[in-house]
Amino acid sequence: MDLLSYLPFTLPHPALLLAGVLEGTVLAAVLALTALGLSIVFGIMRVVNVAHGEFYMLGAVLAWFITHTITGAVGGPPWLGFAVALIVAPLIVAAIAATTDWLILKRLNYDPEATIVATIGILYILQQLALTFYGPDARPVEAPFDFRVQTPYFGYSGYKLCVVGAAILLMLVVWLVLTRTKIGFVMRATQYDSETAQAFGIPVDKVYAGVFALGAGLAAIGAVLIVPIQQAHYLMGGDPLLLSFIVVILGGLGSLKGTLVAAIFIGLSDGIISTLYEPTLAKILATLLVAMVLVFRPQGLFGARAA
Amino acid sequence: MIRSILLHGLVIAALIALEPMLSEYHHGNLARIMVLATYAVGYNVLFGYTGLLSLGHAMFFAAGMYGCALMVRLAEWSVGPAFLVGVACALIAGIVVGFLALRTIGVGFMIVTLMFAEAAYLTILYYNEYTRGDEGFTIPQSVRAIGTLDLSDTTTRYFAALTLFSICLIASAALVQSKAGRVLIAIRENEDRVRMLGFDPFRYKLLALVTSAVMAGAAGAAYAVLFGYAGASFAGVQYSIFPLLWVLLGGPGTTLGPLLGAVLMFYLVDYASGTIMPGLAALVETQFGIEAPGLASAWLLLVGVALVLLVLFAPRGLLGTVRVRMIPWLP
Repeated sequence: MDLLSYLPFTLPHPALLLAGVLEGTVLAAVLALTALGLSIVFGIMRVVNVAHGEFYMLGAVLAWFITHTITGAVGGPPWLGFAVALIVAPLIVAAIAATTDWLILKRLNYDPEATIVATIGILYILQQLALTFYGPDARPVEAPFDFRVQTPYFGYSGYKLCVVGAAILLMLVVWLVLTRTKIGFVMRATQYDSETAQAFGIPVDKVYAGVFALGAGLAAIGAVLIVPIQQAHYLMGGDPLLLSFIVVILGGLGSLKGTLVAAIFIGLSDGIISTLYEPTLAKILATLLVAMVLVFRPQGLFGARAA
Repeated sequence: MIRSILLHGLVIAALIALEPMLSEYHHGNLARIMVLATYAVGYNVLFGYTGLLSLGHAMFFAAGMYGCALMVRLAEWSVGPAFLVGVACALIAGIVVGFLALRTIGVGFMIVTLMFAEAAYLTILYYNEYTRGDEGFTIPQSVRAIGTLDLSDTTTRYFAALTLFSICLIASAALVQSKAGRVLIAIRENEDRVRMLGFDPFRYKLLALVTSAVMAGAAGAAYAVLFGYAGASFAGVQYSIFPLLWVLLGGPGTTLGPLLGAVLMFYLVDYASGTIMPGLAALVETQFGIEAPGLASAWLLLVGVALVLLVLFAPRGLLGTVRVRMIPWLP
């Protein structure tokens, strides 16, 4: 007897479902990395960084410039270009972020409302500078290696699976740094009470600049990892920003554990839904859900206290 | 009070007197600016006077615009009643969003309004079949008339826009100088103290939000009628940021700031995208030899720079600074 035939809806073909789960996992991994950046910045600095998506975009665009220069002008192999981009692009983005913190956010004394307006401005500045120098076209970056993993139904890009691995590894590193090292201790002390931290000789200004740079750098790493899968484009920051917001709010603002759980949940469901169904409807429901969570349950769906 | 009536009367009289002197180009621009300034006047009631920073006002503008334009397009109503439907849609949206979003404060309010607006924008895209999504649709010239009044005629359009703007300007000036308006300003300054004095801040904030939404919706509906177009871009994040920018530039919490900010920003962007940016692009490429393929079209760069500079160096805006330095009675 076939029990499945009693279901009130038809299940998608297992191959499609598997493709959705795989795509969703890749998305979830990169999303978790990007959202983690946003969450750390909010958690420690209490700054809602609306320009976060543009740091992501900058990572992708810089990755294109770097790989293009190394493979094109110098004549190096694609893996070398990608490896350099993976290290250099996030560092440049982190430096830009630290500079914006020093030039703009610090002068606003991190006033929550003023910093949101300022980061909206930064969003437009970064986005339009990318348009200026990179142009309006979407451009691909070659994957550093090319092998396929055979599933029962189809061959799947091995690179995408490595993205998942790399993202998990990076998140572990960030978590260890935050919970087990002195740097993390200093950051948590600043989050807990910045004035007392200052009184104990912690250079709060530098910690803030560093945290902002770390947040932006995480977004940039996510973008470099994704750019062989999606092309680099100056408007690509919008979607990760919205999704990161959704993840960070559902997980509880500033809670790292909640952020991870929510990223996996949203990433997977977005991957599955957009492979199988209408993605716009899913986005509408997700944004409404976020608004309702903020209205009725501001501590987040997963209820974790600030980490 | 008399000074205030004189001042607003003078501004409206100046806009009337300006009409016959304008070239066709500026004529159209100014009509558009007055409609957008109406939107900004509404935004100012909430942001400038009550201190609530919404990042989702485009949903009210779009509620007015689509409420009106869809009635014309799908139900073939004439534009007069359709305009009222648009305003009613914004009113309902304002009440619903108000009841939900006003439970949050500060950053929470900003994000909740942003998310509601995003959901509204995506909904417009989702019902592509009726709204034609990003591409939008036009309202044919033949139906853009109330009785014998042809609203697509440039002079009529100018005065229609001016009428709407004047009504909203006077209403906002009257509101903020009334007793309720003083409570709104008090909420901006210190909500706890207002509560302690026995007022219910929620009711006043709801009043401000709904007034603001209705004005935004009236502007959106008027835009659809006067310029004959409705498109999803008017519901996007950018159209939530623009009124914030205009109000910040002109002076939050000043009645005439929204108009001043809208005029200045409109012409700055217009001049920039026509002259400054292409000129800059040519300069960068010939003088410095840097490739800048997108510079000519990067006028939004100015929006970003203006936002950052305003928030850093002039959070009171132009008229706010004038009020502090020169004319303390400026409403």
